[in-house]
Amino acid sequence: MEQTWKQAKAAFAAIAVPPIAWLVLFFLVPMGVIWAYSFGENTGPITIDFTGTFANYARAVEPLYLQIFLKSLIVAGITTVLCLIIGFPVALAIAFASPRAKAWLLLLIMLPFWTNLLIRTFALIAVLREQGYVNFALEWLWNNASGFMTLIGLQPLGEYEPLTLLYNNTAVIIGLVYVHLPFMVLPLYSALDRMDRSLMEASLDLGAGHLRTILLVVVPLAAPGIASGILITFIPALGAYLTPDLLGGTDSQMIANVIERQFKRANDWPFGAALSFLLMYLTFIAIAAQAFIQRKSERRG
Amino acid sequence: MTDAQTSAQARPTPHVKDNAIIRFENITKRFGKMVAVDNVTLNIQEGEFFALLGPSGCGKTTLLRMLAGFETPTEGRVLIDGKDVAALPPNKRPVNMVFQSYAVFPHMKVADNVGYGLKMDGVDGGEIKRRVEEALELVKLDGLGARMPDQLSGGQRQRVALARALVKRPRVLLLDEPLSALDAKLRDQMRSELTSLQEKVGITFIMVTHDQDEALAIATRCAVMHRGVLTQVATPADLYEFPNSRFVADFVGSVNMFEGVLEKDEQNEAQVRCKELSAPVYLDHGVTGARGSTVWVALRPEKIEMHKRAEGSTPMKMEDAPAGANVVPGIIRDIVYLGSETNFEVELEGGRRVKTFRSNLTRYDQEDFTWDEPVWLAWHACSPAVLLS
Repeated sequence: MEQTWKQAKAAFAAIAVPPIAWLVLFFLVPMGVIWAYSFGENTGPITIDFTGTFANYARAVEPLYLQIFLKSLIVAGITTVLCLIIGFPVALAIAFASPRAKAWLLLLIMLPFWTNLLIRTFALIAVLREQGYVNFALEWLWNNASGFMTLIGLQPLGEYEPLTLLYNNTAVIIGLVYVHLPFMVLPLYSALDRMDRSLMEASLDLGAGHLRTILLVVVPLAAPGIASGILITFIPALGAYLTPDLLGGTDSQMIANVIERQFKRANDWPFGAALSFLLMYLTFIAIAAQAFIQRKSERRG
Repeated sequence: MTDAQTSAQARPTPHVKDNAIIRFENITKRFGKMVAVDNVTLNIQEGEFFALLGPSGCGKTTLLRMLAGFETPTEGRVLIDGKDVAALPPNKRPVNMVFQSYAVFPHMKVADNVGYGLKMDGVDGGEIKRRVEEALELVKLDGLGARMPDQLSGGQRQRVALARALVKRPRVLLLDEPLSALDAKLRDQMRSELTSLQEKVGITFIMVTHDQDEALAIATRCAVMHRGVLTQVATPADLYEFPNSRFVADFVGSVNMFEGVLEKDEQNEAQVRCKELSAPVYLDHGVTGARGSTVWVALRPEKIEMHKRAEGSTPMKMEDAPAGANVVPGIIRDIVYLGSETNFEVELEGGRRVKTFRSNLTRYDQEDFTWDEPVWLAWHACSPAVLLS
């Protein structure tokens, strides 16, 4: 196989050059420009001098921004953990469903992908707001409980106080979990579906119950899938922009919101670029960690 | 039927006890509309090496998985040691299984694989260590406990699976196609090792296989299954020499089958006329069939002798035939040399081809049978099996 592409260089070039050119032109070059900006200074409303300064980075690691980085990491981390906790049983259930049910369940998981994120987020607002469906349902229950109390001769519960589910950190995490759950379920599903069923049967046969089989056999063998699920949930959650922007309150902005503000309202492209690159370096660390886990488990067979 | 020979000699099995450790009572298993197992009743004695034999999809694996607890019968009862196990999940049953894929946990060392079941049972660490070593020694893997499964060969992985199941000292060991993933040389070696291992540990082994050679070589008793139905349960030799149906005769070993009509059936002789044979088939024993009914004559290739026939003697008369009750003329059409033996395909007068073979007893065959040579085919009156179904 190695010989074939070397022998047909022209054909190889015809296939390889266009996508490489595309990536260089539309990915590497703009990235390079932004990277260069991060070492520049604003000299006017639309002029940037490339002075090679590290001032932008120095500012980016000031406590104010570090705090937001930290907060983004925590929010993305909580989101990822919640997605894993919710997604693992879901993936397990899909992997063990009958072939027909499996197709439908996967479709249900994929369905949100085909709907615009903005629309989904606004729909979530309709569900979570004080005059939203969660509160409607709770109010209905409350009023019924109250009526029941009156019926059995007790004091009624009083007026229902709607829960504040929007414009705070909880709302951001609910939104992020909702948006990123499919990213977690799909790699978990593919890892669990590939797994040799007889390994689980062997564990049961040897005297382990279902819980111990999952903990001692299924989870370790699904580790690569879990790692990639964590990675592809964590990275977009870390850079989430729309969800905290629409669902978050004043104190729940994440790093992407800060970056956006630098590029737009503050018109400080060099600083925005520096923040962007710091975010990207964090992402690289996450990818490297995942690759490390992957290689370790591959070496194991 | 005469009281003479109705059963072949079986291997002595002093370790087989007289109690049924496994009882299948009227087991039926349906998957939707498909009937996988159809009203099977079967007893397996303690200490047996029992084989469930049949083509793929015959229900044998389903039956085995019912013992392990991975399938539940639609109807009927499964008893292990006299107790109905319907309510017992797989992890509570006194049986252990060696899976076809071996199912060795790839993320655990060999010793941890073997000790897994003991750990689940709450056996203490020192005891686990001792018993794991003992089990590894039993399957000749001593010293490999620290290896990871991917550092082992296929044969070694199977031994890990064996040790892992045996270390729990189950009442019954279940083996699902244990040799199918091994290459031919290793398979032969593992056959005899499995037999001696079973005799050594004294545990009842139940093996599922589609390979009739394997079942004949290893098992003390076999059950042949076909489309979910138990066709015959017998010792390997009985299965081969006294099949009870065309399916068994054909599935176990190689056979020449002739359809015929039962013309004579007396205490000490019977006669079947087959369209494809130029002479009637004589038998030195009676057959339990109605006269005039359709029967099938099953003749194993090795039970047919081949003799030279003079060139000019066609068209032949039966009196010209060599001594022996059953003789038909034919012409050699195909010869396949296999080293230890040579297979021949002989065309009979009606055009039917018959398989036979000769052991290559000397380094070159004095008789030197060759293509298109006229021959006599002869067999003893006790050789063919007459089948009623």
